[in-house]
Amino acid sequence: MFKGVKMEMKETRQHVWEITMKEPMRVPGRIYADEPIMNHLKSELATEWSALRQIVNVAALPGIQDASIAMSDVHPGYGFPIGGVGAFDAEEGVITMAGIGFDINCGVRNLKTSLTKDELEPKKEELANELFKSIPAGLGVTGELRLDEKKIDEVLVKGSEYVIDEGYGIQEDLEYTEENGRVEGADPSKVSHKAKQRQYKQVGTLGSGNHYLEVQYVDEIFNEKAAKAYGLFQDQIIVSIHCGSRALGHQIGTDYLKFLEEATKKYGIQIADRELVCAPFQSPEGQQYFSAVKAGMNCAFANRQVLAHLTRNVFSTVLGLKYSEIPMFYDIAHNTCKLEEHKGKKLVVHRKGSTRAFGPGRKEIPKAYRQVGQPVLVGGTMGTSSYILHGTKAGMEETFGSACHGAGRAMSRTKAKKKWCGESILQQLSKKGIIIKGHSRAGLAEEAPGAYKDVDEVINIMHLTGIAEKVVKVKPLVCIKG
Amino acid sequence: MDYEFFEHEADQGIRCYGETTEKAFENGAKALFEIMCDTTKVEPITQLALSAKAKDLDLLFIEWLNELLSQKDIEMMFFSEFKVTISKNEEYLLEAIVSGEPMDVEKHGAKLEAKAATYTALKSGEKDGKKFFQCIVDV
Repeated sequence: MFKGVKMEMKETRQHVWEITMKEPMRVPGRIYADEPIMNHLKSELATEWSALRQIVNVAALPGIQDASIAMSDVHPGYGFPIGGVGAFDAEEGVITMAGIGFDINCGVRNLKTSLTKDELEPKKEELANELFKSIPAGLGVTGELRLDEKKIDEVLVKGSEYVIDEGYGIQEDLEYTEENGRVEGADPSKVSHKAKQRQYKQVGTLGSGNHYLEVQYVDEIFNEKAAKAYGLFQDQIIVSIHCGSRALGHQIGTDYLKFLEEATKKYGIQIADRELVCAPFQSPEGQQYFSAVKAGMNCAFANRQVLAHLTRNVFSTVLGLKYSEIPMFYDIAHNTCKLEEHKGKKLVVHRKGSTRAFGPGRKEIPKAYRQVGQPVLVGGTMGTSSYILHGTKAGMEETFGSACHGAGRAMSRTKAKKKWCGESILQQLSKKGIIIKGHSRAGLAEEAPGAYKDVDEVINIMHLTGIAEKVVKVKPLVCIKG
Repeated sequence: MDYEFFEHEADQGIRCYGETTEKAFENGAKALFEIMCDTTKVEPITQLALSAKAKDLDLLFIEWLNELLSQKDIEMMFFSEFKVTISKNEEYLLEAIVSGEPMDVEKHGAKLEAKAATYTALKSGEKDGKKFFQCIVDV
């Protein structure tokens, strides 16, 4: 953090905290949190990468609007906090690598079914085994698509459309994918050969870490009207797929980290953390990076599209459902940067571990959901709940239409591994009727539910502040981890 | 100590030590692969020549780790032995021979995928007569 800046914080209304703006901050910081979360954040302040310092560092970037925002799942990231939102003036502001990260367009795709929890129960074990066999997950695996430079360029331009044309989905899927699964303006020539090469065999793979594929059921409905509009009902089986742009995104991040480091110096931009490398959005460097990011976004859409297709095939084989009986619910990203219009102004909105959460009426929302607001897909931890929220008018006013993306970690991976072992977690969750299939036991321990914040509390903060409101709570039955 | 991990809530901090910068970089590579697998199980069967360039040694450290991650995906290999030489003209140039074998999830006890080395907490210096380099790795 910038030396000599003393942080002052106050709760401006229930669960909304403000970090007072002081030079060199250009806007205040704003955190959606309760007391325990704030106390946890304050306890880490001594570390140079504490989330509070990261919020302040982002607040000092050129062209930032209104506030440097952190959602209730906030925790330290690299450069930006996770759960962070930074909106920058499209003329005067910057685009920054840290606000997007290495896993470009990481997000969640949900599929719906007409099955209920009871109907699935006799086939649950078989379904888990088949999904584990069919979904490429973890290190050292490849997807079934084999791409070369020419084909990968098409993926980068067309996103989901490319893989649907190859037979991995149906046209209707596009309507329920953010940006219709294809961001315009992606330029494959701005993506390195190395990035493409890394992805030749990785389209349609889940990855590892906090990525997962879950079979879930609707446990509680909070808003009947919204649930009906979303086509959700009590005990319904849904599928949730969490992953991103895989190695291609990682390499775009790596390439542009160096590229933007030079741009930061060239344009004389003061940054407090070297990871906050950036370029003026309108500069050639800024536009080039934005084009590459868009290519990464399309790759992530294609990736989740292929995984959805593989999932549907397993459901068809094991449960006899037709493809059309497993429709898309929605696909939305939480590591992204987009040019959006807010209050009549063009803004470059960075969401790093934050989900877009547009309120009712926005044209970007599928027609069937538009009156209610955009579905916000929030992943919990394996073994706890996930949520589907809807975007609100208040969210549009306060957070540029953004909400939290998960439970948010509360403990380091090292501590989690010391505290839990993968095997005992499997047993505990099994007693609750949850089948976990993971490729790495250590990975399971690192992802133990106890290593995260209480997701119910994280969601309540969003709901009580009106940023995004609860529609349904879902619980896991089967979880496939990398 | 060749390397150690330090805590970061979401990701993984690595700090590596060496009598020389080259040795510290080699130990940093080991730490990086230890995030992803049990490096003692990775046999140094196949060799690969890599290079990286940067304006300063801190950035070179990140370039080096990220080059290893690129090659891991392109060659589908884990690496366990590293021989680094560094020279300086206008920029620092790293040349390395790295040894490993094709990824075998069972044999190598695959753990967590490392996505990239970041500039966050990027630092170098000397401690107890050894050089050290550190950064946060996104996992």
